[in-house]
Amino acid sequence: MPVLTSHTDTAAEQYQTNRRAALDLIEELDAQLALARAGGGPNYVQRHRDRGKLLVRERIELLVDQDSPFLELSPLAGWGSRFTVGASVVTGIGVVSDVECVLIANDPTVRGGTSNPYTWAKIIRALEIARHNRLPVINLVESGGADLPTQAEAFIPGGALFRDLTRLSAAGVPTVALVFGNSTAGGAYVPGMCDYSVMVRERAKVFLGGPPLVRMATGEVSTDEELGGAEMHSRVSGLSDYLATDEADALRLGRQIMASINWRKLGPGAARAVVAPRYDPEELLGIASAGLRVPFSPREMLARVVDGSEFDEYKPLYGTSLVTGWAHVHGYPVGVLANANGVIFPEEAKKAAEFIMLANQVDVPLLFLQNTTGYIVGKVYEQAGMIKDGAKMINAVANSTVPHITLLMGASYGAGNYGMSGRAFQPRFVFSWPSAKTAVMGPQQLAGVLSIVAREAAAGAGRPFDEEEDERRRQAVEDQIDSESAAFFMSGKIYDDGIIDPRDTRTVLGIALSAAHSNEVRGRRGFGVFRM
Amino acid sequence: MNTAIGTLLVANRGEIARRVIRTCRLMGIRTVAVFSDPDEDAPFVADADEAIRLPGATPAETYLRADLIIEAARASGADAVHPGYGFLSEDAGFARACADNGLTLVGPPAEAIELMGDKLRSKELMADIGVPVLRGVEVTRATTAELADAAERIGFPLLIKASAGGGGRGMRVVRSQETLADAVAGARREAGAAFGRDTVFLERYVEAPRHIEVQVFADDHGNVVSLFERECSIQRRHQKIVEECPSPVVDEPLRARLGEAAVAAARAVDYRGAGTVEFVMAPDGDFYFLEMNTRLQVEHPVTEEVTGLDLVRLQILVAEGHPLPEEAVRPGMQGHAIEVRLYAEDPLRGFLPVTGQVERFHVEPLPGLRVEAGIRSGSAVSPHYDPMLAKLVCHAPSRGEAARRLAAALRRMRVDGIVTNRDLLVRILEHPGFLAGETDTHFLERHDPRVLGASLVPPESAGLHALAAALAGQAGQRSAARVLATIPSGWRNNRSSLNETAYEVEERVIRVGYQLTGREVVAQIDGGPRQAVLLHSCTPRLVDLEVAGARRRYEVLAVGERVYVHSALGGSTLKAIDRFPDPDVADTRGSLIAPMPGTVQRVLVEPGQPVAAGTPMVVLEAMKMEHTVSSPADGRIAQVLVAPGQQVEGGGVLVVFAEDETPADGEAELDTAGSSL
Repeated sequence: MPVLTSHTDTAAEQYQTNRRAALDLIEELDAQLALARAGGGPNYVQRHRDRGKLLVRERIELLVDQDSPFLELSPLAGWGSRFTVGASVVTGIGVVSDVECVLIANDPTVRGGTSNPYTWAKIIRALEIARHNRLPVINLVESGGADLPTQAEAFIPGGALFRDLTRLSAAGVPTVALVFGNSTAGGAYVPGMCDYSVMVRERAKVFLGGPPLVRMATGEVSTDEELGGAEMHSRVSGLSDYLATDEADALRLGRQIMASINWRKLGPGAARAVVAPRYDPEELLGIASAGLRVPFSPREMLARVVDGSEFDEYKPLYGTSLVTGWAHVHGYPVGVLANANGVIFPEEAKKAAEFIMLANQVDVPLLFLQNTTGYIVGKVYEQAGMIKDGAKMINAVANSTVPHITLLMGASYGAGNYGMSGRAFQPRFVFSWPSAKTAVMGPQQLAGVLSIVAREAAAGAGRPFDEEEDERRRQAVEDQIDSESAAFFMSGKIYDDGIIDPRDTRTVLGIALSAAHSNEVRGRRGFGVFRM
Repeated sequence: MNTAIGTLLVANRGEIARRVIRTCRLMGIRTVAVFSDPDEDAPFVADADEAIRLPGATPAETYLRADLIIEAARASGADAVHPGYGFLSEDAGFARACADNGLTLVGPPAEAIELMGDKLRSKELMADIGVPVLRGVEVTRATTAELADAAERIGFPLLIKASAGGGGRGMRVVRSQETLADAVAGARREAGAAFGRDTVFLERYVEAPRHIEVQVFADDHGNVVSLFERECSIQRRHQKIVEECPSPVVDEPLRARLGEAAVAAARAVDYRGAGTVEFVMAPDGDFYFLEMNTRLQVEHPVTEEVTGLDLVRLQILVAEGHPLPEEAVRPGMQGHAIEVRLYAEDPLRGFLPVTGQVERFHVEPLPGLRVEAGIRSGSAVSPHYDPMLAKLVCHAPSRGEAARRLAAALRRMRVDGIVTNRDLLVRILEHPGFLAGETDTHFLERHDPRVLGASLVPPESAGLHALAAALAGQAGQRSAARVLATIPSGWRNNRSSLNETAYEVEERVIRVGYQLTGREVVAQIDGGPRQAVLLHSCTPRLVDLEVAGARRRYEVLAVGERVYVHSALGGSTLKAIDRFPDPDVADTRGSLIAPMPGTVQRVLVEPGQPVAAGTPMVVLEAMKMEHTVSSPADGRIAQVLVAPGQQVEGGGVLVVFAEDETPADGEAELDTAGSSL
């Protein structure tokens, strides 16, 4: 395969500016991740430890294979909301006994591990990832159930958790519950819905109603242990398959279960020996533009991400605002679609549609590298059928069945977000660089549009137009859109699967591709490839 | 009469069997080995042209069975037998049986064996021919006056010895008349209790004695020669561990006197073949005959190195009836040779023998260095035989050079999987006292073996070794991973802790944290500060690591939970601590466990019996030594799980205490009664 040649000048002013801005954002990312790791804060962490319990991430560290990677998903869920960053649950992809799994682990230091609307959304997204990629699920359960004050927002959609667990099982994807503490009321159904359950002696409490509720409901006097103790469930009810002597033992049993499920991935393994890129991924920080107005070449990015910096570019001379081509990441073949100059013209849309069909013909996953301000507007383009061409691209994206992985590197505006396999198009994974912005359009454009509309409305009604008020409102809108389109905001709403350090891009893509290959990798067939 | 040997059976095992086979091969003689069941995979068995099984394990069932060995010789067509050392090598009956069966014994005549085997008779004989001896005066029933008189004649300090037994029991050093009577009475009591006979005698006590021995050789043609002295003063529990030739304190005139005395001793018993006349030597150079060993000695290589002779070859030539060759009749000395004996034993625990598997044994070849090993990587060390693993011999122009080169070779040696006395040997060879030639038999009393035998690896190096083990371990984990194997090791996008591994090193737990980012590693050893180290390369077997500017290569071998790490800092044995301790394998509370594998000899307690701390409870026999297992605390016996004659595993439960009176500490008190090997 042809090898990319980088033209980046690491001494250039622009490079240095980009790098400084990127490092600032990474520092901010680290600070936010630290908040997620802090859980319920030092007091609750201490109280948890005093009870002889492991913290949620300590449990995960013990569960996963030594020295294996762990990709935490949606770590900033709940960012910008009134809830704790991380949303009182840790989800991610980890390797347990050589099986890639989705882990879902309550953080009991945050309001007893109760689930707020962000918690539900984060868990349901993790289960969706498990379902799409056919990844076994291990729940590390210790939760007081629903966060009651917010039950109205979460109760109805939260049912999806139970639905998805059982559907996973029906699809032949093993589900495991390791119960470390409370798992009551609705939460009691997590071990109930899983294929395997392990309960920690004297710790796990799994019942539909606790002693006070039972007394209220039926007048019966009972104890925690009688209603839902690990011993009871292991010896009497049979809800627990394995009785663990302590937390470490439960994790050991979880590993034992995964070692025994005889797991086979359905997708092919890596196609080639893995070769590191020829250029230093550290330089990605200076390459990605600090300001979204300045485009950057995705070839420079690819040279630092794909195996051996090798890239076979498809149609390099046609629709040059979109770079398409073939590469490998950690040995897995990928088809790359990357915005080069932000705008998608009819040629770019047609090129994308063709390329997506080609990838589906040969069962190759697609990598969407977004940095787009959307489809071109204007008389010439409308008359040339921009909508029809854009529709071809969106149609191809929507009906493509090979795994899609989407990376938001910069701008992600308008229908460009859709055409480049945005979240609504169910890519297997969506990750963002900290500088990414996502919105229906840029903040200035949006504020400008609102201003024009207001001015026209005033003129139509014969009202005088308050220029000062307009300027003030324009700035307020711009600020609001700017903050709402920021990566942190989008990630807080679980519109991506996490913000990543750009230097980790290759690693994250490698984990995501490997996860995607747990399921069958098969493209859409039917018609041949249409030359657009 | 010349009888050419065509096939020689080696009636021994281990390194000496290999040694004899090697010379036979040089001489074109076919070899036959004999082997016990535990030795079936031993290197000497493979070395021989043919090997005959002696069913069973104990020496009494195997290597001491003269009848089986003669039968093996007959069956394999051997016409000669080399007995090596130990086992049947000084058994006159065996020598006769060989002769009766038409086998040539590569050894002395039965009569010489017999005569020298009798300590009293041999001493009398030596005294008669003018070889100095330490004469004992029996004082068992002496009156006070007789006692004083005898003591006066011998002179103080003197030694009271029991005629029976050994191991120091019934022995007393007396420096003045005042304490003499009490000491004799005490020695009689002790001897009577230990051996059933209270016969005691007085002899001169040599202070700061040296063990000097002379290698002699005699043929059937009237030649009896001295091949000079060896000094073997550095001993532990009457067992030589460092031997050298020449002695640093023997000058030419003394050497001549020693040689004359030894030759006279050999002539007096019509000796033939290789023999060693042992003397105890006082600081003033006076020496006294101790005994004559009528066989090849363990330490014969130092003589070979200095004289350039092959003593096994000489033995065979003499046995075939040839005269000693010219080079042996007029021997010369060149340079200095030192031998050390590598034992599977723990100097920190009273030289307790150790059994187990030698995972790796490797000595880097070096000019002048000779390795006589009975084992190789993968060999098992069984409790049935002497725990000597190998001898390392170094020949150099001077004593100082030999000691330094040998110490360096020992430091570089890889002996993994089993505890050895290597570190003790290194410290002896590097000790100023040793280098100054201050090597009397009390060396290891003056210099505590628990200090000399302590690990050569300082604690901070053990930490680095643990880090290297962890890094090698992660490389192994990553290469064995079936998924995501090419993703950076231990990668996290939201890191909450360093990757962690823990090891046990010398009863200390060392926790190692690490985080890899390419070749840059953040490392944390034992909760210390996080430091940046540079990982130049890393495989499961070799770690090239730069810490604080010092770059070293760490060789790592992991076998099960054991990890052996070697670097310029020395060697460490680490035990990986499982992340998940198996909940089923908890210590049986309040029980006493066998400190080592062995055979139960006696059970001294019964169920229901109350015991005090230190009460002896079970006597185990292992590796030819008796180990008394005593109660660690006051308590009451609930159950005795073993019976005399029973084989127990190390860690096997011997005795269970009553639940309510559990001794606080489960570690058994251990006493080892030494016996000379």
